[in-house]
Amino acid sequence: MAQGISTAATGGRVALDKLGVILAVLVAAGAFLLPFATFRANRIVLGEPRSLLEALAPAEAWALLALVVAGGGVALLRMPIRVKLAASVGVLCALLVAVGRAGTFLTPEGNTFARVSPGSGFWLLLFAFALMMADALSRLALSPGKRLAGLAVAAAILGAILVSGLWNDLSILKEYANRSGAFWREAGTHVLLAFGSLALATASGVPIGIALTRAPGLRGPVLNVLNIVQTIPSIALFGLLIAPMAWIAANVPGASAIGIAGIGAAPALVALYAYSLLPVVSNTVVGLDGVPRQTVDAATGMGMTDRQRLAQVELPLAFPVILTGIRIVLVQNIGLATIAALIGGGGLGVFVFQGIGQTAMDLVLLGAVPTVVLAVAAAIVLDALVEMSERPGVREAHA
Amino acid sequence: MSAGLVVRAIALAILLAFLVAPEAFTPVFAPLTERGAPAIYTQADMLALAMNHLGLVAAAVVAATIVSVGLAIVVTRPFGAEFLPLSRSIANIGQTFPPIAVLALAVPALGFGAAPTFVALFLYGLLPIFENALTGLTNVQPAVREAATGMGMTQRQRLVQVELPLALPVILAGIRLSTVIALATATIGSTVAASTLGEVIIAGLLTNNVAYILQGGLVVGALAVLIYDAFLWLERALARRMGRTA
Repeated sequence: MAQGISTAATGGRVALDKLGVILAVLVAAGAFLLPFATFRANRIVLGEPRSLLEALAPAEAWALLALVVAGGGVALLRMPIRVKLAASVGVLCALLVAVGRAGTFLTPEGNTFARVSPGSGFWLLLFAFALMMADALSRLALSPGKRLAGLAVAAAILGAILVSGLWNDLSILKEYANRSGAFWREAGTHVLLAFGSLALATASGVPIGIALTRAPGLRGPVLNVLNIVQTIPSIALFGLLIAPMAWIAANVPGASAIGIAGIGAAPALVALYAYSLLPVVSNTVVGLDGVPRQTVDAATGMGMTDRQRLAQVELPLAFPVILTGIRIVLVQNIGLATIAALIGGGGLGVFVFQGIGQTAMDLVLLGAVPTVVLAVAAAIVLDALVEMSERPGVREAHA
Repeated sequence: MSAGLVVRAIALAILLAFLVAPEAFTPVFAPLTERGAPAIYTQADMLALAMNHLGLVAAAVVAATIVSVGLAIVVTRPFGAEFLPLSRSIANIGQTFPPIAVLALAVPALGFGAAPTFVALFLYGLLPIFENALTGLTNVQPAVREAATGMGMTQRQRLVQVELPLALPVILAGIRLSTVIALATATIGSTVAASTLGEVIIAGLLTNNVAYILQGGLVVGALAVLIYDAFLWLERALARRMGRTA
């Protein structure tokens, strides 16, 4: 990363930014060649493309075009990183507002069947300026606290747009309006599946990892089994758990009373748990192995018992590595929980699969976009936490 | 080691036997069916499904390898160094995209069938290989690089004869990861009508036939484990050879 910054700083004699050239091409294609929005008479017919100038009222369209071209210009030229960041964030906000305005502008008054969805040009522009923002952010190398603050601001902007009703004429939100109750129920299930399996995996995986460092003979076999579990395709593992879970529900007294059943959330939770164990266990082992020998000796020399040494020295030192394992699991589980819908386990995957079944892409987006947003947010938050936990000051606080 | 080899050989033999003559396994799966439902999936030829599945995975992984190793080479050269921080954060964020979302979002552009599945497998395969290729290429010791330059190697010679061979085991590990992920994701491809082994599992889920789910899952699982092992073996063989020659 330091290398990239120094190249950017010392290569000042070239006036053009290399990434900027690519971005400018993307911006030009997105603004002039591809449709900004798609209009459909109802939710499943083929869409008719609308260019940027057709999709908005003239004044707004020209204003947006000017902003986008100016943003592309900032990307193209070598400028201070903060200017690039500000420009990319500004254009991104304008794009988000404009796509909502396009929905309102293109939907005929009082027509509830017509659907307006963001077109490929919009997505390409969004991608180009998001790239520009990501580049600026990665060059700034922000502290974890600032990254979290940035995420909070982004969430606030997104929330404000959703609450304001600006996007209500867009097709995704029309799908949402038709099933808002189901959406929140499935979103709740999704979060419960992802976090519940993570909690189970952490509660059992960390002790297993500690046990493995105390009994090295078990390490190979246990990690091998967990590795094989990881190679089983998710859809098959979900399916395969149906039979044993149904058997347990039928034969173990009280099992069905606490919600265990062949199909539904229970096998999904077990499958996600099975996938979660390997990263947690192996990171615990690696983290504990990484505690310097001298530190352990010093702790023993100070008269600490085995348990005290583990709780006060080894685990706090291994914490960042264990947290990295938890980060891997959480992001992976948020994605995998979409598959739970295939076995009746609920979650946002319900909309994805319904949408595929009805060839209604807006419905697919209603399931897919929140999943991606959730996963990206979880990754940013946990990356920041991992980095914070690696700092000596915070480590002492944990100890 | 040899016991493991025997187990794998037996697993491979059973797998091949099942793919060639699935009906012969009816007695194994019959106890799992209810109300006289068929025990073996016969709507499509099992071997053809497996070949389709493997072909799709192989094509996607080869394409992903070419593109991501190429990109990793570009960003580790001086003229591409500007892209290094960005490519790292894209790889980081890209990994958070769930495969099913990539798959579903590729459908509007490409229609149903093998095409969106290929795209999803390709896109999802890029990241592990790219990350590993980047790690492998940036971890080549500066002393080795300088020695190569000192021997009078050109940039290209140094890349082909020194850096890539040294990075190869790490790149292979990335390809292994991508292949295993792709084998699993290809199963989900059947939800958008790609004819892969997922068809068997989904038929089982739809008709509540555990026998179908089990045979589909076992075939894909066995393929994944065997291919994973084969890659591991290849990586170790390479590492050993490099250890000797170094």
